[in-house]
Parts: sequence; C-alpha cells; structure tokens
Amino acid sequence: MQPILEIKNLQAGVEGRHILKGISLTIQPGEIHAVMGPNGSGKSTLAAVLAGREGYDIVSGEVRYLGQDLLELDPEERARAGLFLAFQYPVEIPGVNSTYFLKAALNEIRKHRGLPEMDAIEFLGFVKDKIKLLELNEDLLKRPVNVGFSGGEKKRNEIFQMAVLEPRLAVLDETDSGLDIDALRVVSNGVNKLRSPQNAALVITHYQRLLNYIVPDFVHVLMDGRIVRSGGKELALELEERGYDWIAREQRLAA
Amino acid sequence: MSASSQPLPTLRAVSDERPTPELCFSVWEQALRERAEPKWVYPLRKAGLARFAELGYPTPQHEDWRFTNVEGIASRPFRPALTPAGATLTPEELDQLVFARLGGDRLVFVDGHFSPALSRFGPKPGGVEVTSLGAALKNRGATLQASLARQSRMATNAFTALNDAFFSDGACIVVPPKAVVPEPLQLVFVASAGGEKGRSAHVRNLILVGAHAQVTVLETYESLGDTAMLTNTVTELEAGEGAVVEHLRFQDESEDAFHLGALYATIGRSADVVTHSFALGAQLSRQSLHTVLDGEGLEATLNGLYLTTGNRLADHHMVVEHAQPRCASHEYFNGILAGKSRGVFHGRILVRPNAQKTDAKQTNKNILLSPAATVNTKPQLEIYADDVKCTHGATIGQLNPESVFYLRARGIPLETARRMLIHAFAGEIIDRVRCTPIRQELDQLVWDRLEADEHVHVGARD
Repeated sequence: MQPILEIKNLQAGVEGRHILKGISLTIQPGEIHAVMGPNGSGKSTLAAVLAGREGYDIVSGEVRYLGQDLLELDPEERARAGLFLAFQYPVEIPGVNSTYFLKAALNEIRKHRGLPEMDAIEFLGFVKDKIKLLELNEDLLKRPVNVGFSGGEKKRNEIFQMAVLEPRLAVLDETDSGLDIDALRVVSNGVNKLRSPQNAALVITHYQRLLNYIVPDFVHVLMDGRIVRSGGKELALELEERGYDWIAREQRLAA
Repeated sequence: MSASSQPLPTLRAVSDERPTPELCFSVWEQALRERAEPKWVYPLRKAGLARFAELGYPTPQHEDWRFTNVEGIASRPFRPALTPAGATLTPEELDQLVFARLGGDRLVFVDGHFSPALSRFGPKPGGVEVTSLGAALKNRGATLQASLARQSRMATNAFTALNDAFFSDGACIVVPPKAVVPEPLQLVFVASAGGEKGRSAHVRNLILVGAHAQVTVLETYESLGDTAMLTNTVTELEAGEGAVVEHLRFQDESEDAFHLGALYATIGRSADVVTHSFALGAQLSRQSLHTVLDGEGLEATLNGLYLTTGNRLADHHMVVEHAQPRCASHEYFNGILAGKSRGVFHGRILVRPNAQKTDAKQTNKNILLSPAATVNTKPQLEIYADDVKCTHGATIGQLNPESVFYLRARGIPLETARRMLIHAFAGEIIDRVRCTPIRQELDQLVWDRLEADEHVHVGARD
C-alpha cells in the first residue's frame, strides 16, 4: 500500500535558525499519528513546512505525499491534492464571506478531483450536516471568515472546513490550544467522524488531553527538532505523567 | 479727443497675458447680466473673488496642501466655461455612463451647465423640488439666501472661493420636512472632450433636507474622452433634525483631468447622515469634506474609497467638527494604489468645548499594489472638551501574507486569493452604501476596475 506521507530526514529552518534537525516519519492510510513536544521543539515548523508556508528553508531531506514530491508544490496545489492544515491561529479575513470562501475552496478541490463544481444551493445543502456536526450556527456562513468568532468557534470552524473539504491527510496544529472541555469534545468528535481507512491525520499537540478524544495509532515525541521517541498511544499517557523532562534526561544520558 | 481714447482691454488682450480669475471676472460679470440672479448673489461672488485674491492658489508650503501640489492648475490659464459648450453629449453617450440604468430623477450638466434636454425630472409630491440651481435662484431665490454659501463663504479653501465667484450652475434639491424621496436623485456632471487649455467647470449644488425628511443624492463626475478639464465642485448640504440623508460622490474623470471637490455639510439634531466619496479618476483629485455636527445626538458616517493607478493622485481632506454634545462621527477611508500613484488622507477632528460625550472614530487603510505607490496619511485631533472618545488609526501596506496563505492553504490559487482580498478591502467601503442599486453597480464597477489592473494579477510574488 502506498503511504500517504513519507518524511525522510527532513531538516528545515526559518530566518537562519535551524529548527528541524532530521525528521523521518511515515503515515499509512487509516492511521492517526500524534506529534507531541514541548514549546520550541519544532512542532509548528513541521506543520508549516508540510502546508507550504512561505519563509521556511528546506535544508535537506524529502517529503513524499501520495508518491509525489510535496515540497515542490505550492500551498494551493497541496490543498487540492488533499492536504489540509487546521491552523493553530485561524486568520480573520474581513470582507471575505465565509460561504464564498469555502465554496471557492471546495470547487478548486472538486475541479482537481474531476468533479463538477457546486453552485450556491448545492453547496448549502452539502454543508448543512457538517455545520451541525461541529455544533456551529449556520449564521456563521454569512459572516466574513473568522471575523468576530470566539476562539472556540475559530477552531471548530477549522474542523468544519476540514469536514467540507474531505482531505486525505489532515494536519491539526495545536487544535486543542485554547479550547474548553466542551469545545474539545466537539472538535474531537468532528475529527473522529472523518476517520476512514483511506484517510490519515497528523495531530500536533503539546498536551495529552486531546488524545483522550482523538486516539492515535502512533505517538512521536519531538524535541529540539528530532523525533526522540515513538510508540503507541500509551506513550502519551506516560508523557502526561512524567513530563517532557524525563525524556530530555534520558536523551542527555544516552548522549 | 478726450482721455477715453485709451482702448479698453478686450478678452483677446486678456488671454494673451494668461487669463487669471481676476481678469476673467469682468467678462463673467457681463455673462451674469443675462442671468437675472437675485441681487444678493453678486456680492457673494465678489467676496469669493476677493477671498481668492487674498488666498491665491495653495502651495505645498501650506500645511493643508503639503502633499498635493496644484502647480499644474495654478500655472494654467484660467478659462472657466462661462457659457455652455457648443457640443454636448448624445443620449447614446449618456447611456454609456455609469448608473445610467438607475431610475428616478436625473439632472445632467455639461461643463457645469444644465442640460434640460438630457435631464429627466418632474414635479414631485410633498413639495420636493429638484431643479437646476440657476432656475431655483431665478424663481425663488429669496428662500435660498440663508443657505447658499452659508459655509463656503467662511472657507479658507482657495478653490471654494473661486467657486463662490464663478459657479455656473448645479443642482438645487429641497426636501421639505417629513418628505421622503424614495428613489435616489442622480446628478450627472460631464466634462466635454478637448477645449482650450485651462478650461474649467465650476459647479455648485445646494441640498436642503428638512426635519425628518429622507433623501439619497448621487453625484457622478465623468469625462467624455480625454480632457484636461478642471472640475471645481462645491456641494452644500443642510440636514435638519432627524433627517436621514445618504450622499454619494463618484468621480471617474479622464486621466488628464483635475478634480477639486468640496462638501460642506451642516447636520442637525438626531440626524443620520452618511456621505461617500469614490475617487477613481483624474490625474489629481481632492475631496475636501467639512462636516459640522450642529445638533445633539446625531450620527455622521463619512466613507470613502480611492483607487489610483499610473501617476494619479487622490487626496481626501477631512474636517469633522463636533459642535454639539453626544454626536458620533465615523470616518472610514480605504485606498488601493498601483503604479506610481499617490494617496493623501488628512483627517482633522475638531471637538468644540461643549461637545461632551463625543464619539469620533477615524480609520484610513491603504494597500500598495506596487513598490512605487505612496500614501501620506495624517490624523489631526483638536479636542477642547474633556469627556470624549476619539480614536484614529491608519495602515499602509501590502496584502496581509497570513491572509493570502490561509486562502491558498484551502486550495485557492494565489491570484484568486489576492483578488479576493483586494476586493474585500474595497468591499468594506462599498458595503456601507445603503442604496441597493447604487451599491450593486459600484460593486461591479470597482470589481471590473480592479480586474483590469495588471497589479492585481502580475507581480504577485513581490
């Protein structure tokens, strides 16, 4: 079976700082991988590099997505190929209507998949259940993108967009940060509903809490730009109990 | 045989030595004799001329004109269009102009002169009057004496002084108390093509809205082909207690044209007035908006959008004068600048001592689509009351890269993302237009104009 994502010895940085120092990770269809790590370990850089954010320098290594060279693609090409980034800080875009924006995005992706474009009425029918799934108010679709949304609404809106765009690989960048327990439940429920044997997700988080709801198949610990330990879901619990210092100490001993 | 053998200066002799306003006024006086204006108008005109002689054309040494150099106007001969142009526009040409499909009354002026044949207007219920100012002065001038030049005669703007002296015509709209004008009133000002160097049109509009009356007035300024015409237009607006007024000025003149516009608004208690300026054309345009909030608890919104390309300059010079307590003023001006064009925004908020509980807000945001475009923006707060809320903010920059990335990360191509964001930026302003058919047409027009701009497309990676 072709892996969805293969990262091989990826080294990358931003503004002259060397942040990712050799990451390798393979994600197969149907799998959920969690990347955990303390602040500054390179979690968000990994998400940014995968989504194609400008300003990041790839020093070495490669990333293959469904067999193609991901790093060669523009951000919009990655999205059309089914990669989705749920932003840690969703951007407010005044003046751009949510429906208009999401319909345009969906139709770009549908065009890429060889499907006919949806008109406004079809689109509204298509998104109705997905809005309910994320327990969002339908009025949200009439508002400008993320403008005036609460922190929780913004995060739920990210997962709502994910539900609409139906990605092959979802990268969730600290989707749990700033969420209260109810919102966490709603967001996780949304992500779980979208699980399928064809799709995969990379869940980036600082805390184990989210992984009580989105149960990962694999957990990777990222420290100082390297994956220093990988394991099953129980690794997350161990981290929760013992903290990141425990692994850091072991790392130093090993060195 | 006597001293009278000395020849009088003729217009020919005058134009040989570069016509100036002072020299032109004697010729203008002759034309005025035919017009039978009420007697009180002539002193206003003379006072305007005297004020202009005192002020002279502004120079960049003048703080209010630091970034807008009118040397190109001052160095030209002064040739006001004293009589209607020989050629006028055909009904077909008229139909080509923007907002041509708008219903309701439409007064058309060519080079500042009323063209009844091209206009569409008739008697209105409720005593509403929509006529040319010339006709209104002739027929019932006495009723206008308290209002005409009420604010303009105090202004220290040299072009307003010139307008007092030389205004040829314009619209006079009188809406009696409680009257509601359902359809927008459209005033179309057209600059004819060609003409002598220095040709200028001086337009004066008077809009008087009684207590609790409602009206929407749209002024449009366009050129027929290439013309370096100077349009110098002054609108005086009085909104009575509780009046609801929407006023729009749309300027899309040819790229050689000069446009100087002023709006003097006096707003009464509890009124709701919104005025919009859309500046798309002319090589140099300046809108001076002086709004006096002259009754308690009123709300004034001043909204504007300028799109500039090439070497154009668009200037908005605002004075919002809070003269009474508990008034709210909101200024929203956005600029989208391409090429080597320039934007100027000067926002003065003046809060008089008794204007407590003032709520004044001003924002001026600019997007530069090219590295050679520039903006000068300056807020100026003068607050003489102690219990007020005044905020101002200005931004100048490129499109927000975070927003661009967010859209691209959802599959939207870079070019479309840029266009969406630019359109949204213009849309913030257009959305404040309350009159739906006008808003829709503006939206389409601005969209088409942006689409035609290469900067929206190429150079995207700059």
